[in-house]
Amino acid sequence: MSLYSKTAHELMELLNKRRISSRELVNSVFDRIEKVDPKINAFVLTDKEESLRLADQIDAKRAKGEEVGLLAGIPVGIKDNLCYRGRATTCGSKILKGYHGSYTATAVSKLVDSGAIPVGNLNMDEFAMGSSCETSAYGSCKNPWNLEYIPGGSSGGSAAAVSADEVIMALGSDTGGSIRQPASLCGVVGMKPTYGRVSRFGLVAYASSLDQIGPITKDVTDNALLLKVISGHDSFDSTAVHTDVPDYVSLLEGSIKGLKIGIPKEYFVDGMDSEVESAVKNAIKKFSELGCEPVEVSLPHTQYAIAAYYIIATAEASSNLARFDGVRYGFRAEESDDLIDMYFRTKSAGFGAEVKRRILLGTYVLSSGYYDAYYKKAQKVRTLIKQDFDMAFDKADCIITPTAPTPAFKLGEKLNDPLTMYLSDIFTISINLAGLPCIAVPCGFTRNNLPVGMQIIGKPFSEDKILKTAYNFERATDFHKAKPNLV
Amino acid sequence: MEFEPVIGLEVHVQLNTNSKLFCSCATVFGSLPNTQVCPVCLGHPGVLPMLNKRALECAVLCGLALNCSISSFSKFDRKNYFYPDLPKNYQVSQYDKPLCYKGYICFTDNGAEKKVGITRVHLEEDAGKLIHSETGRESGVDFNRTGIPLLEIVSEPDIKTPDEAYLYLSALKNIIMYLGISDCNMEEGSLRCDANVSIRPKGETRFGVKAEIKNLNSFRGVQKSLAYEIERQTKEVLAGGNIVQETRLWDADRNQTFSMRSKEEAHDYRYFPEPDLVPMIQSQEFIDSIRKRLPELPNARMQRFVSQYGITEYDAQVLTSDKHLADYYENCAKLNSDFKMISNWIQSELLREMKERNLEINTCSVTPEKLAQLLNLIKDGTISGKIAKMVFIEMFETKKSAQDIVREKGLVQISNVDQIKAIIIDVIKLNDSVVQEYKAGKEKSFTFLVGQVMKATKGKANPAIVNQLLKDALS
Repeated sequence: MSLYSKTAHELMELLNKRRISSRELVNSVFDRIEKVDPKINAFVLTDKEESLRLADQIDAKRAKGEEVGLLAGIPVGIKDNLCYRGRATTCGSKILKGYHGSYTATAVSKLVDSGAIPVGNLNMDEFAMGSSCETSAYGSCKNPWNLEYIPGGSSGGSAAAVSADEVIMALGSDTGGSIRQPASLCGVVGMKPTYGRVSRFGLVAYASSLDQIGPITKDVTDNALLLKVISGHDSFDSTAVHTDVPDYVSLLEGSIKGLKIGIPKEYFVDGMDSEVESAVKNAIKKFSELGCEPVEVSLPHTQYAIAAYYIIATAEASSNLARFDGVRYGFRAEESDDLIDMYFRTKSAGFGAEVKRRILLGTYVLSSGYYDAYYKKAQKVRTLIKQDFDMAFDKADCIITPTAPTPAFKLGEKLNDPLTMYLSDIFTISINLAGLPCIAVPCGFTRNNLPVGMQIIGKPFSEDKILKTAYNFERATDFHKAKPNLV
Repeated sequence: MEFEPVIGLEVHVQLNTNSKLFCSCATVFGSLPNTQVCPVCLGHPGVLPMLNKRALECAVLCGLALNCSISSFSKFDRKNYFYPDLPKNYQVSQYDKPLCYKGYICFTDNGAEKKVGITRVHLEEDAGKLIHSETGRESGVDFNRTGIPLLEIVSEPDIKTPDEAYLYLSALKNIIMYLGISDCNMEEGSLRCDANVSIRPKGETRFGVKAEIKNLNSFRGVQKSLAYEIERQTKEVLAGGNIVQETRLWDADRNQTFSMRSKEEAHDYRYFPEPDLVPMIQSQEFIDSIRKRLPELPNARMQRFVSQYGITEYDAQVLTSDKHLADYYENCAKLNSDFKMISNWIQSELLREMKERNLEINTCSVTPEKLAQLLNLIKDGTISGKIAKMVFIEMFETKKSAQDIVREKGLVQISNVDQIKAIIIDVIKLNDSVVQEYKAGKEKSFTFLVGQVMKATKGKANPAIVNQLLKDALS
């Protein structure tokens, strides 16, 4: 088995025993990228030279017997919306063309401090706005399981790269499902941590009250490992919470007998994809076999989640994206008559259609006279959705639902139908609105051999519990071991 | 028909914290452009604000000094508008939950007590500064000012005249100076003021349509622009016209206001809660701990001056109307117990010299110690008051101490009775006719004779002794 196809925890053992060097591993990964990425388009940039330089440093440390970090020598991919000093960060957008990070995101700093090697930036929907990775200015990313299909989005590049063994693990960001949906569509493990678990400093904001950085990995153990590395309080993010970060990996083991698994009736509705439904129902059966107790719960305000999300997220986005104006950095339209004209030309040419659509929507809902009817009401809905979960957690320890209503769909299929596209996130959005932790894990395949995933939702800051639940499921199944055939 | 103006003022005060409101950049005025900036205040992608705790404390301190209630729950909001001096194209400000609300300021207007309500005091970040090239073809932005903490202090529309507006601003500035939280320097922009003014028929309780005046760069400018605007609006209404809601700019050179934009062109700021900052929860313990830091405020100090130093309320008012002046007075009073004399000297001699020489009291070369020494020389009879005034001016010119000047110029007062007697005998001899006039009842002649004695001693003779001895000699 090639090095690139292994997990981080397997590789760490080999590296720590000095059976392999980080240089070998980096080379293996870059061979893989060079071979498969032209088909997949998961990367918007790679930096082999810098990666090898970092690998040599780690190898030298190990040779000297010095202590190294939890991920020393592991090649990791970074979503293109996380700043890394000196490296381009474009958010999959033309408007940030030429912008190089003037500082490093906290999550990326922690990654580098742990010895991980950021090999490059991963493709994404422009400014994380999309569910298919088709709105990127760098072209669509493809699903490794079938190159005619979308990998999901917005962290499509991160999920596809992990699935295709182009990186050992990756960082994504999740505002309405952007880690979990592509992870499930690509057959890998993706976690959206509790809001406040991971510092957002250096994550280019889409919707500040919903965004959260999280790990996308080949299995649950790697997910626990990467989450441990990037979590914790940060003096640059006042929304990052001061709570201890448990050693997630050591908490994976142990039985989940007697665990009450909530099944929300609103998430299993008529018209949902039958293959997705049966895969998730089989997974629930598996949990029963493991001694868990399924209980029906209700999340009655689920039906309002998409509407509330597209008001709150776009409102925040309209303000967050105002700074991309051509004045200080990034793209500026040539030849404008005056300041206002420069703003118009820069934004018109720099942003793609979906981003413009959301900026317009967000501007509208915040406008004088509409604020109460839209933004304020959406915030009330958000509170109700949170309360739904609070009540459900009175009855259940965690909640399981499908991650997405359908498996991956074909490239181009929904691109010109935004409302249908927005429904891709119908199951994931509520969790962001409620700020809860949630892990998506593979739970089956369709007849066409496309992965299906489920998500396990936990109470705030119970990442250890949902990781343990996912780990027990993973040990009892083989879905995570399947690899796409790319050759 | 008679009209009355309704005036409300919006004051922005830059806090003198060492670092900016949401990042650790320095806040030194006058530094080279864009040398006090970082990714956070430049609004780079992905940055987040972190609240400067000291700025929050300053804001609460100011709220308490202005008799405000302090919100137990307060939050920041984003004010969205596009301008190149605003890197994020939104300003982090406060909208519906200001930190402090419902306060008031008291001051006296020609002896009459005035009370003006404070609607709110909130914290926000300052914008950068545009610098335009001489050709007008290019503009640069200096982001040093971006993110410096600002307090916005909004008054109720309780102000009735331009004079009152001036007094309100003076009182407000004085309180903030006493708190030591801002330099309040209008020229450097650390204090800025916008004025809202409307008129209404006397007796009417509803408000008229207001104009907002911007570009005011002195308290006198505020006063003048209001007077202009009240007259303009009154003329407009009397001529049958309508006042439109608009923003007007004050042109200090032409003493006029000009329309800048109408209500229709006004921005829709699309305020919404700032999701990058957690709400501010002020506990009672926190508020109490800030309250303990409140210094003695101008009104209290004025009353203490009256009781402690036995000076008049008027004098105490003048002395406490500027913190530096009051500090100056008290520093003198520690070294010289003739409190009345100190008060007189400061109000007449010192303030005049300061004004003529365009000096600031807190950087004045004649320190309180030096003035106290000079006054001690009068008190112990070394020099006369008249000589002292001369010495005082000399002190400004040469920066020397009073003792040195008196010694070098031989200005020590002559109090020796024999010496003065001898001079008096000479003066009486030389002015026989005047002496006769005096004896015939012409009181004025006495003053002339005193003057002659002083002249003979180059003003150094002790006036009290001269008076006494001359009277004795003529009786």
